[in-house]
Amino acid sequence: MTDEIVDIWVYLSATPLLWLAATFIVFQGAILVHRRLGSNPVLHPVLLAMGALMLILLVTGTSYDTYFEGAQFIHFMLGPATVALAIPLFDHRQAIRRLLLPLIVSGVVGASTAALSAIAVGWAMGADRLTLLSLAPKSVTSPIAMGVTEKLGGLPSLTAALVLITGSLGCILAPPIIRLLRIRDDKVKGFAMGLAAHGFGTAQAFGISATAGAFAGLGLSMAGVITAVILPLLAGGI
Amino acid sequence: MNALSGISLILLCQLAGETFVQLIDLPVPGPVVGMLILLSGLLWRGSVPDSLRLVSDTLLRYLALLFVPAGVGLMVHFELIGRDWLAISMALLISTELAIAVTLLLFNLLLERDKRRSDSHDG
Repeated sequence: MTDEIVDIWVYLSATPLLWLAATFIVFQGAILVHRRLGSNPVLHPVLLAMGALMLILLVTGTSYDTYFEGAQFIHFMLGPATVALAIPLFDHRQAIRRLLLPLIVSGVVGASTAALSAIAVGWAMGADRLTLLSLAPKSVTSPIAMGVTEKLGGLPSLTAALVLITGSLGCILAPPIIRLLRIRDDKVKGFAMGLAAHGFGTAQAFGISATAGAFAGLGLSMAGVITAVILPLLAGGI
Repeated sequence: MNALSGISLILLCQLAGETFVQLIDLPVPGPVVGMLILLSGLLWRGSVPDSLRLVSDTLLRYLALLFVPAGVGLMVHFELIGRDWLAISMALLISTELAIAVTLLLFNLLLERDKRRSDSHDG
């Protein structure tokens, strides 16, 4: 009996099917756990699923390369998802046209602040060059951030985790900063949250109002495009 | 509804983006250029085809799942993270606060100036 199970395991673990299925199933479980725990942004399903899958791989003695042979089919979809971000951007075209200059100026300044201050603090505290390169695009939505890190020569997997942590941090930090600076305009609140905390900030901004949510989506897309264009050009300096 | 033409269109834009980036040796990710190509096409056409809307809604709704495979790759870099965790935490905390504060103040200032200018035009 145990021999049969071992045989089946040996067979399955050599095909991409096992880890492809495992990723879907674990992610679905992570969503359930996340909901059960009151949808706390600190315990995002992606972070839960990552932790659970790492644990499973370590316990079964499976290498990341073996895992990725199956999981690559999911990973591949990041590219098409990035292209698909054109649709929400198109949906906001009227707001963009009306406020083009304020959006571009605050977008460029805000996105540069996020990237450069992260690099500066990391550098001042003696972080490795690989860490700095992976840290730079952390405010940007994951598919773009990982593409940027890959271009810079950093570690996309580290960036994926840092992006998620930044999103959680942004959701925690934004409300007190908004109160402190006495910002009343929902357009401003939303734009800053989407720009600094990508999809997490956007989801939270929709909780303030539909306007805040729309401008958060705008902040998310603009930060992505601006960072993707500016960072690789600056990267020579790191 | 036919999702096939939506998928083809997205893959075609990504392919065009990757080709463009390779051709002129641009350091920007290919899919980002693909997104800009698709956006220009949509602006020129003036609306989003139903099949494209269907595919993009599906992709973006399950976006979070797509980060998992790369995220699990963290297990290969535990050593680096163990060494740099304090620098990483401080960098994330300070830069996120700064980015939110700077964007709030600047966008608020520019919107108010914009409003005042259009008010004085009206009056």
